[in-house]
Amino acid sequence: MLKWIDERLGAAHWARKGLKKVFPDHWSFLLGEIALFCFIILLLTGTYLTLFYRPDAAPVIYEGPYEPLRGREMSAAYESVLRLSYEVRAGLVMRQIHHWAALVFVAAIVAHMVRVFFTGAFRKPREINWMVGVTLLVLAIGMGFTGYSLPDDLLSGTGLRIAYSAVISIPFVGPYLGFLVFGGEFPTEGIISRLFVLHVMLLPAAVIALIGVHLGVLWRQKHTQFAGKGRTERNVVGKSFWPQQFFKSFGLMLLTGAALALLGGLVQINAVWNYGPFDASAVSAPSQPDWYVGWLEGAIRLFPAFEPTIFGVTIPSMFIPGVVIPGIGFTVLALWPFIEQRVTNDRALHNILDNPRDRPARSAIGVGGILYVALLTIAGGNDVLALTFNVPIEAMVWFLRIGLFVIPVLGGFITYKVCTELQSSGARPARRKRGTRLRRNAEGGFEEVPSDSHS
Amino acid sequence: MRPARWIYASFVVSMLGSLGLVAYYLIGESAQVEGVLLGLALGGMGVGVIGWATRLMDVPTVTEEHDTLESDDSAVEQTEDMVGQDAVTRRKMLLRLAAGASATLGAALAIPALSLGPRPGQSLEQTKWTSGARLVDRFGDPQRPEDIPLNGIKTVFPFGYEGEADSQTVVIKIDPELLDLPEGREDWAPEGCVAFSKICTHAGCPVGLYRAAAKQLLCPCHQSTFDVTTGCTPVFGPAARPLPQLPMDVDESGFLVATGDFQEPVGPSFWNMDTE
Repeated sequence: MLKWIDERLGAAHWARKGLKKVFPDHWSFLLGEIALFCFIILLLTGTYLTLFYRPDAAPVIYEGPYEPLRGREMSAAYESVLRLSYEVRAGLVMRQIHHWAALVFVAAIVAHMVRVFFTGAFRKPREINWMVGVTLLVLAIGMGFTGYSLPDDLLSGTGLRIAYSAVISIPFVGPYLGFLVFGGEFPTEGIISRLFVLHVMLLPAAVIALIGVHLGVLWRQKHTQFAGKGRTERNVVGKSFWPQQFFKSFGLMLLTGAALALLGGLVQINAVWNYGPFDASAVSAPSQPDWYVGWLEGAIRLFPAFEPTIFGVTIPSMFIPGVVIPGIGFTVLALWPFIEQRVTNDRALHNILDNPRDRPARSAIGVGGILYVALLTIAGGNDVLALTFNVPIEAMVWFLRIGLFVIPVLGGFITYKVCTELQSSGARPARRKRGTRLRRNAEGGFEEVPSDSHS
Repeated sequence: MRPARWIYASFVVSMLGSLGLVAYYLIGESAQVEGVLLGLALGGMGVGVIGWATRLMDVPTVTEEHDTLESDDSAVEQTEDMVGQDAVTRRKMLLRLAAGASATLGAALAIPALSLGPRPGQSLEQTKWTSGARLVDRFGDPQRPEDIPLNGIKTVFPFGYEGEADSQTVVIKIDPELLDLPEGREDWAPEGCVAFSKICTHAGCPVGLYRAAAKQLLCPCHQSTFDVTTGCTPVFGPAARPLPQLPMDVDESGFLVATGDFQEPVGPSFWNMDTE
């Protein structure tokens, strides 16, 4: 078989090289793999869902088994989601696994990105892959949001309404753009089928293409590694892809699937039948987006009521938190390797990763950025939190408005101090104690070996 | 080294999970059971494969050298020379024409995108409210001032446009003594009934929560709060513009009617909106 292919493609040499590819071993290198596996699971479950879902806003009367909604007028899209959930065997578990996989997908991308950031893995020569990664994050959020909107339930309609308002707030072309994207003034009949095309075709195609680029560049540039014995800027030390690394990764994929199957089976998510069909003049409180849009929602909530009219031109209060802040945020994120290069004037090639403590300024900025996004995300759920902890919503908003400027700076400052302190003390609090383990040898006796030895 | 028993066992667990799922599919329909069985099927195999790889595969640590990624200047130069060779760059005029043709072709290919939606025109500035239009609920029933309880709230639409998103309006009845409406709107509150656009001026959510004690309308999306007594001026949250008020009166049959459209655009602001 291999011979047959090799005689035609000369692939044996190339395949052997691939199988010998060296993978350095560190748990944090698996975060990106988890994201990849989530995406594979999304493709599989999503394909199943498309076979039952109808991207159609046409009104129908519900006559299915779910009693509370029987006789209600709703879109064919919403009805098909109810049918999938109540009448298609294994339909509900597939839909819930799909939704959970989407949440974990974005979470894994973010965790992977945080790892790459704090260890400086984005430095030359890996700037391209960093930017591809940021683009993948944006696309993943876009896929999540479009998917969230497809069931055409009350909650998803509210999300779309806010997105439409953000588009309208773009300078001057906003209303035109909004009408082009939505096919008219919100709410429109056509938007469901447009979101469907985006969600099941254009965005996944773009993600697949960029994952290909991401892995291709990774393959070409080889892995980074942490400093250690025998490791230099010019080599990669680890295990070859086949067999051990392949088995480990394959096992990780299965475990990711297992975790998502358990979540999808046991933890209910997006119970659209509770929200009811979309109705432009109704909304439920509290209304919450999926976690990865929470920071945007928070920015929109916290931004003060500031809407100046200058020379007859009004700057909508949605514009800065809904368009400018995410725009600047993602731009700075994408260009970070170049910003850092400009500041540090470091233009050398790096294949050995940084220990975060050795780059206190970067680590401080990273922690500050994470705190900023975290505070915005908290603000995105401020009504729920105010209710849960019985604080007035007004106090909550003012605390977060001020905290947004204070807490990230404070967090960054503390991080800087901790980093420099760790540097001078040389302490390794995060490192596992180097213990020993007992090994039984061929003669039946025991011998003590360092626990991190692989031989 | 004796192979660990649990690695064998986990493959058996996986098989049992898979077989269980097949069997359960034929008889039951609980998502919980399906999820657990699928979790066992995948998880068992995952644990087994990873256990196999980490405990039973003795493979050596290997070292691979990086290819030199230091850019080779002569290679770059040769490539640049290849691209910019005389055959291409000699005809400057043709190059410019080709660039121009590419740009116009791009425009030609992009133009059909304009079919995706109508132009906004005046639609963001107008709703379906007209002078004389009765305020009806979503079932089309017209409303008298006495149909609205004191401190009560009702969602209404112009007659014939029940449920129309752009025209959704709330009517609230307040003790007329408490009303302190802006100048010129004194007549818009027959028997203490005031009507406001239900679309939040911030992000467009329906402003559906009424705090009767405080006489405030609250948007459930971003908590913008409007003081109804002063004409729904924003008092808290991100909304900056008051909710537009519907000019309103009572017709000869005693029903609430609009005396015109809203006088400002309803819903979120946009840059070139009419601020008169």
